[in-house]
Amino acid sequence: MGMKRYSAFAIAKGAMSWHQNWERAWRSPAPKAKYDAIIVGAGGHGLATAYYLGKNFGITNVAIIEKGWLGGGNTGRNTTIIRSNYLQDPSAAIYEKARSLYETMSQDLNYNVMFSPRGLLMLGQTEHEVRGYKRTVYANNLQGVETRWIGPAEVKKLVPIINIDGPRYPILGALYQERGGTARHDAVAWGYARACSAMGMDVIQQTEVTGVKTEGGKVTGVETTKGFIGCDRLGMVVAGHASVLAEMAGFRLPIESLALQAMVSEPIKPAIDVVVMANTVHGYMSQSDKGELVIGGGTDGFNNYTQRGSFHHIEETVRALVETFPIISRLKMLRQWGGIVDMTGDRSPILSKTPVDGIFVNCGWGTGGFKSIPGSGWAMAELMARGSSPLTEEFSMYRFREGKFIDESVAAGVAH
Amino acid sequence: MSTRLSKGGRLIDRSKPMGFTFNGKRMQGYQGDTLASALLGADQMLVGRSFKYHRPRGIVASGAEEPNALVGLGQGGRFEPNQRVTTTELFDGAVTESQNHWPSLDFDVGAVNDKLYKFFPAGFYYKTFMFPRAAWKHVFEPIVRQSAGLGKVPTARDEDRYEYAYGFADLVIVGGGIAGLTAALSAGRKGQRVWLIEQTAHWGGRAPVDGVEIDGKPADEWVRTAVETLEKMENVTLRLRTMASGLYDHGYLLAYERVADHTPGDGRPRHRLWRMRAGHVMTATGAIERPLSFAGNDVPGVMLASAVRDYVANWAVSPGDRTVIVTNNDDAYRTALTLLEAGLAVPAVIDARPEAKGALPEAVRARGVRVLTGHGVAKVKGAKRVTGVSVCMQAGEGAEIETIACDAIAMSGGWSPVVHLWSHCGGKLTWDEDHAMFRPDPTRPATGADGAAMVTAIGSANGMLRAADAVADAHMAAGSEGTAPKAVSAEEAPMSPVWIMPEGAGPALRMKMWLDYQNDVKVSDVQLAAREGYESVEHTKRYTTLGMATDQGKLSNINGLAVLSDALHQAIPATGTTTFRPPYTPISIGAIAGEARGEIFQPLRKTPMHDWHEVHGAHWEPVGQWRRPYCYLRTGEGVHDAVNREIRAIRNSVGLLDASTLGKIIVKGPDAGRFLDMLYTNMMSTLAVGKCRYGLMCTENGFLSDDGVVARLSEDTWLCHTTTGGAERIHGWMEDWLQCEWWDWKVYTANVTEEYAQVAVAGPNARKVLEKLGGMDVSKDAHGFMEWREGTLGGFRARVYRISFSGELSYEIAVPASEGRAFWDALLAAGEEFGVTPYGTEAMHIMRAEKGFIMIGDETDGTVIPQDLNLQWAISKKKTDYLGKRAQERSYMVSPDRWKLVGLETLDGSVIPDGAYAVADGVNANGQRNMQGRVTSTYYSPTLNKGIAMGLVKHGPDRMGEVLDFPVDDGKVIKARIVDPVFYDKDGEKQNV
Repeated sequence: MGMKRYSAFAIAKGAMSWHQNWERAWRSPAPKAKYDAIIVGAGGHGLATAYYLGKNFGITNVAIIEKGWLGGGNTGRNTTIIRSNYLQDPSAAIYEKARSLYETMSQDLNYNVMFSPRGLLMLGQTEHEVRGYKRTVYANNLQGVETRWIGPAEVKKLVPIINIDGPRYPILGALYQERGGTARHDAVAWGYARACSAMGMDVIQQTEVTGVKTEGGKVTGVETTKGFIGCDRLGMVVAGHASVLAEMAGFRLPIESLALQAMVSEPIKPAIDVVVMANTVHGYMSQSDKGELVIGGGTDGFNNYTQRGSFHHIEETVRALVETFPIISRLKMLRQWGGIVDMTGDRSPILSKTPVDGIFVNCGWGTGGFKSIPGSGWAMAELMARGSSPLTEEFSMYRFREGKFIDESVAAGVAH
Repeated sequence: MSTRLSKGGRLIDRSKPMGFTFNGKRMQGYQGDTLASALLGADQMLVGRSFKYHRPRGIVASGAEEPNALVGLGQGGRFEPNQRVTTTELFDGAVTESQNHWPSLDFDVGAVNDKLYKFFPAGFYYKTFMFPRAAWKHVFEPIVRQSAGLGKVPTARDEDRYEYAYGFADLVIVGGGIAGLTAALSAGRKGQRVWLIEQTAHWGGRAPVDGVEIDGKPADEWVRTAVETLEKMENVTLRLRTMASGLYDHGYLLAYERVADHTPGDGRPRHRLWRMRAGHVMTATGAIERPLSFAGNDVPGVMLASAVRDYVANWAVSPGDRTVIVTNNDDAYRTALTLLEAGLAVPAVIDARPEAKGALPEAVRARGVRVLTGHGVAKVKGAKRVTGVSVCMQAGEGAEIETIACDAIAMSGGWSPVVHLWSHCGGKLTWDEDHAMFRPDPTRPATGADGAAMVTAIGSANGMLRAADAVADAHMAAGSEGTAPKAVSAEEAPMSPVWIMPEGAGPALRMKMWLDYQNDVKVSDVQLAAREGYESVEHTKRYTTLGMATDQGKLSNINGLAVLSDALHQAIPATGTTTFRPPYTPISIGAIAGEARGEIFQPLRKTPMHDWHEVHGAHWEPVGQWRRPYCYLRTGEGVHDAVNREIRAIRNSVGLLDASTLGKIIVKGPDAGRFLDMLYTNMMSTLAVGKCRYGLMCTENGFLSDDGVVARLSEDTWLCHTTTGGAERIHGWMEDWLQCEWWDWKVYTANVTEEYAQVAVAGPNARKVLEKLGGMDVSKDAHGFMEWREGTLGGFRARVYRISFSGELSYEIAVPASEGRAFWDALLAAGEEFGVTPYGTEAMHIMRAEKGFIMIGDETDGTVIPQDLNLQWAISKKKTDYLGKRAQERSYMVSPDRWKLVGLETLDGSVIPDGAYAVADGVNANGQRNMQGRVTSTYYSPTLNKGIAMGLVKHGPDRMGEVLDFPVDDGKVIKARIVDPVFYDKDGEKQNV
């Protein structure tokens, strides 16, 4: 297979022929009768799982089946934040794995995903919050995650447009992860898809899985809108619809889906270089390379799949951010949308074997989906290839039965 | 050149000139002008630079669809970037500046990108800037960021104010053109509560400019009469300058009223954001004209044909002296007629259709204008301004036939209904082959809770592009009440879709055909995306940035997806559209925030004693929406000293704490006891009237969520105290269970937190202070520990609880909130001889830690069960169930390896930092250092004169005396010994005296 490498030189060469000769970033093949592994869901997590199956374990007879267009779910609807300053050990491990893989992703995939470790601040605005973040710093230092606590003066230096003095919630300091940041969300899906395709994997879009076939407690393939496709191993990586797929295979998952609200402003010249999260007042903000302020807030208080924006969270978030960054009052909201987050009982993901032999499930990332993509794919590939992975060990779907929760709500009121 | 004509202009008042500046240059317009018409009137066609190539950009449209003409408006606290000049009304003294260039609009260094355009095709940044790795963050990204973005960053705090308002209507009609007015007349006559809102400052929409006649009168006159009629209807509300920004579920409509944008600083709120509930919504939002894709269609001077006639008819501004019309439909000929009537030259009409024989083309021919059918534009001449157009055959590859000198080009590619609002809540579209446009599919509207249509599209927004059809459609949709207005306009022959001009244009021309003017997306870019496999319309949008600019693709989307469909060899409806998201046009963030800023950013809850605290040196701490004194600072005193002073005063004599913020919830009814037994881990139904009991509440997952003292007030009434931050949450939690699960239980709850002022009087002299106040018997015998009594104290009606969170003799006294301040003053006076000391939250926290009492939020964090905190004594063994019980029986919950509560004492007496972890040997499977415990509360104890802490430690209670390592900052390790968590008065003698 192979792919033509992207580079400045390749673009110069393309210019000579009016860019008429670029090859497809990924092929669009018809499905084969059988694959060693099928991944359902060509979002970031599904594509990353396939990529590492090939790259780390040499399993390349793989199909990634997608109901719509690749990267069209939450991969393309989030606020692109990358951080790993989680509190609990299993979370810190997998998110830091992801963050470290983001560092070299552009080079690994030969696709510029624009990972920008611009730094990420979580503001402490009450004594209680300050204590929580200091705790996170201590935990992170033992977990190998580089974070530190900084005072208000350093916060102001990093974010000149911030209002330190309140009056309602003066900024007492911040949990600072210098190597946290953002990346271009669509590019992550596209880069993985291109790399998977180059390894000979089939990315099959516009194909819906309608049934899961098992024989003697073992998976044999999936029914799709393009017919039956056989497989030895099946990875379900479909976020909010995981419970629907699980039902096809005869088991249940503890997943609820909620709409998470986000918006962008009109583009302006550089105003803020870092990502700022203000959990006491409920809002977070960064600025994209295009110049838009990317703003996120809370989840709706009711379960739904609508992917529509509702307004009350936008209000709450915008108030919080006008208070934190007064100059944004005279900017304008360009677009608002809702992304669907799949939530488990402890707000941590499920990466797990299932009651059906050969079926593995990866879902429940909630508000942490984008930042975890490469780590999730890496771990899921190991789980599918070897049957276990230290990174997924604690994220089993059976933990709810044991009460062995991985609860991060401690560390972040509004998670993102 | 562009100029102000000597007469005409239906919207301007020449008797009221207004001065303004553009890039420092003084200019003049008239009242009624938009900034766009005023700029054009002053011959300022070039107004900005594009996003990517920094190409010169001129005004292209006359309304909300304008992609190019954005300026910085105002100064200081009234500066706003990215103001669209076509929708900004001119005001006297306006200061404007162009954007996205350096050093100047005329000479922009960034325009070098344009020379290199061949190297910057769509998505070039995904293919490069990857080496060396660090260069993205340190070199390329800063360059990209600096050259991207549009307007400048505001630097000052906003000087304006904004407000919310609420509206309710049976019917909201969006758009005050002739369709909207017609619908309002019909619905108004039927007696419905109607709101008619219009985003511009004028009623009537396009009809007056397009020469429509209604009921035998010119449109202007009919509109005036219609508005007068509507104004007389009490059930009809009319609002100009009000745009429907978004439609949400259940008829929730957001309308953005620009109250004072045109009269800045007049004291009124700048914007008002209406949150409306609409029984039904009608979108009479009109249609937007599409550009044509020909090489150089972005050169300043190339405008929409409808915009050109708007400028002439509405504001008496001519975009050019010689305007060539390029079209694929009859409507654009109206522009030719308008120009001719104003005495301006129309050298030619270039019509892509093989023939043009309708009434309008014939009228234009009759005026002696050349009409070149079957022709197209090969290329526009000029850089910062159109100087001519070279003409080719539409069917060919662009070979130049002739060049026509001109200084403006009016183009029309047909019209697209404005379907945004229709689509926001799920309304679907259908492809109309005749007009090559998407229009609302009436069989698939957005539906309300009852399953019926929530939205109806009317008029041209419904695809009825002819005035007669639009008016008839609107009248019928609104119930056909009264006589239907009859509109007459010129007949039009069918349009013919033209997506590329000329048809056979090669790559060089296609790289010069703009689709998205602001983001610099060209026909070639969309074709490249398709070639590379970005086939979904969403992929193409995201890969090329088509339609992602501040106009959100109002001009570019349909043209772009037609090009994409062609590249994919599929029909346009098979490609589909991207999602229409609110807002329709951007709305100010200030308006969304409204009045909620500064002190009133959130409601500030104040106890009755709040003002006293303020005057007496309170160092405030926000707790929920309350503010509580952390401590009271005396002159020259630091926080730490104040806290220690307060603690010593209580331990030695007596102190007062304003405990009014504690949650107080009344639970009442025949099933109240049974309900509380389910809610709390303890047994509350057996609590005797007159007694108090400390209770714990857990989530269904078993985790401790709140605690507090419960008092039984009467046979069927309990009063539950919650934490300050927990009151609303716990009240909601109670109602959740009562309304969703135990709806047949007879229990009523009321959150009475703010009904009472509550004061803790704590310390060895507490009783003496109360006795001095006089009234009810507070002696040990009459009022034992964990009992409450009602009576009077110092003449105040009081409910007195003998409970203690400090470990001292303590009374918590509730009085009616209205008497709180007086009671507080009375306590201070009575306590004066004992040196009574008001104390804050920090003293309270430290004293409870000295006593080993847990604090919700410190010892608990959502992962801790009561058993972890050695609180088994507060868990009833008699009960078969309570919320959390079953969860607490799960295997991991009963594991002996869970971390449990202990006290911690540093070997050197120092204070362990908050949040420190105790390490164990080795690392785990993921290479993380093993841990065996953590600090949950840590303080300097002035009572014991050393650091004390509480923490959770693996097997902790079995390891008394062991020393743990807590690595802290800078490689330092603090050693602390595991001890009993009760540091002070272990037997509880002091609180029982």
